Amino acid sequence: MNIYAIRAIYLFEMARTWRTLMQSIVSPVISTSLYFVVFGSAIGSRITEIDGVSYGAFIVPGLIMLSLLTQSIANASFGIYFPRFVGTIFELLSAPVSYVEIVVSYVGAAATKSIILGLIILATAALFVPLHIQHPFWMLTFLILTAVTFSLFGFIIGIWADSFERLQIIPLLVITPLTFLGGSFYSIDMLPPLWQKISLLNPVLYLVSGFRWSFFGKGDVSVEISIAAIFACLGICLAIIAWIFKTGYRLKT
Amino acid sequence: MSQSVISIENLSKTYAGGFQALKSINLEIRRGEIFALLGPNGAGKTTLISIVCGIVNPSTGRVLADGHDIVTDYRAARSKIGLVPQELTTDAFETVWATTNFSRGLFGKPANPAHVEKVLRSLSLWEKKDNKIITLSGGMKRRVLIAKALAHEPQILFLDEPTAGVDVELRRDMWALVRELRASGVTVILTTHYIEEAEEMADRVGVINKGEIILVEEKAELMRKLGKKQLTLLLQSPLTAVPAGLEGFALELADAGNALVYTYDTRGERTGITRLLAGLADAGIRFRDLQTTQSSLEEIFVSLVSDRR
Repeated sequence: MNIYAIRAIYLFEMARTWRTLMQSIVSPVISTSLYFVVFGSAIGSRITEIDGVSYGAFIVPGLIMLSLLTQSIANASFGIYFPRFVGTIFELLSAPVSYVEIVVSYVGAAATKSIILGLIILATAALFVPLHIQHPFWMLTFLILTAVTFSLFGFIIGIWADSFERLQIIPLLVITPLTFLGGSFYSIDMLPPLWQKISLLNPVLYLVSGFRWSFFGKGDVSVEISIAAIFACLGICLAIIAWIFKTGYRLKT
Repeated sequence: MSQSVISIENLSKTYAGGFQALKSINLEIRRGEIFALLGPNGAGKTTLISIVCGIVNPSTGRVLADGHDIVTDYRAARSKIGLVPQELTTDAFETVWATTNFSRGLFGKPANPAHVEKVLRSLSLWEKKDNKIITLSGGMKRRVLIAKALAHEPQILFLDEPTAGVDVELRRDMWALVRELRASGVTVILTTHYIEEAEEMADRVGVINKGEIILVEEKAELMRKLGKKQLTLLLQSPLTAVPAGLEGFALELADAGNALVYTYDTRGERTGITRLLAGLADAGIRFRDLQTTQSSLEEIFVSLVSDRR
């Protein structure tokens, strides 16, 4: 195990985070606060309660998930795409590092960053609404597993993308809609039966549901299914990454 | 310890599009030498280096770096190798100090500020260590790339076109540095398409063209070949044989006896031209024109390649 290399890449990626503090931390906090103002105050004043939870509190897990998903993907995809774009990837490919070490360090840094962000958003939310987390251990578990899974997914996108447009397209066209439709801002019980069934095809629903369960003890689906779903996503991402490195896809000719 | 530090056997590379960049390359690089890989653009120099360094996958063949297979034992192999790429690819927003230390860590070495300082000083980069790379000139960026490649104390250093687009001063510095590295036991492999560079630096020269190594020679021997020149005398009346009394010269008849070709070495103390011309005058041979030609690298390529067909 090349511990020095993992450390070097991890610290390099984290240094990038501190250097771009405004984009990395401040802007997601501002946009989350805006969601609170718009959804929590303006719309929430009309919805009042869902499953015995005030609407303002109800949307907190969904909002954290929204940021966690988009930021994990953005961090990890940019982290590996940028060296490919400017050509500095040669150094990584010529270094005595294994693929596992590359993934651990890049994905570890991206996940660390989005976990920090998730916790900051949680703290920001606590300023707006009173929060009580019923299952703190599971809350953290969901937070970490989701951050890791979607950082892996971002890593895949960063390797697949061959332009900045492509880098943006999956988060924009797939992840954001899935998150909005995955029950971030509502319970699927509020939907007509057909849409409830369609919503069950959305993997993000299971993540949001499980995460919300860790806060309030209730979710759209049972927590076991949520945990199974996140491990399934994790497994799929790991399998794709294993294939990428086995074939050298988009990395080595 | 074997004499070869890099051993390449039957290495070939065919890219996905069908282009065959390397055709069954066999090459041994000796420990501690400066080896120049010479060839025109597109000859396969960078592909060859990229395979040895692990950036490109070989199609067939085997490469050993200091006895370690570059595929099955890549960790040991790569930790011995440093690479300075042709393109100035750097992390623009990093400082010189941070990026050099990063490279050392990436290649599996514990932090050693003293060594990094030594490398930066030897490249006149110490004053710039806290500067962001984006603020440096092109020549300085190239030095940074060299510093990064040397940060993990490699035993083998690849320099891909190190002096392309580099000013005279930096070129001299670079040559001096390469000699210092060799003195410290590092094997240096550089690619170039400048014959002068190979002449200045190398112990041995390999010529690569169209994916084939067509010649590997001690530099002195190659330069002797390159130093050959020909004097062609166009005669007023054709000859059937080299005139008596001039057999001592390396003379050949050409153009159906209408031309006499004299091959000589420009590096010899005496080229023999004066004696030859005097001899011709004595023999009563008159000529209407004369010309000299020197075999260029290009012509050597052409003749080497056509010889192999």
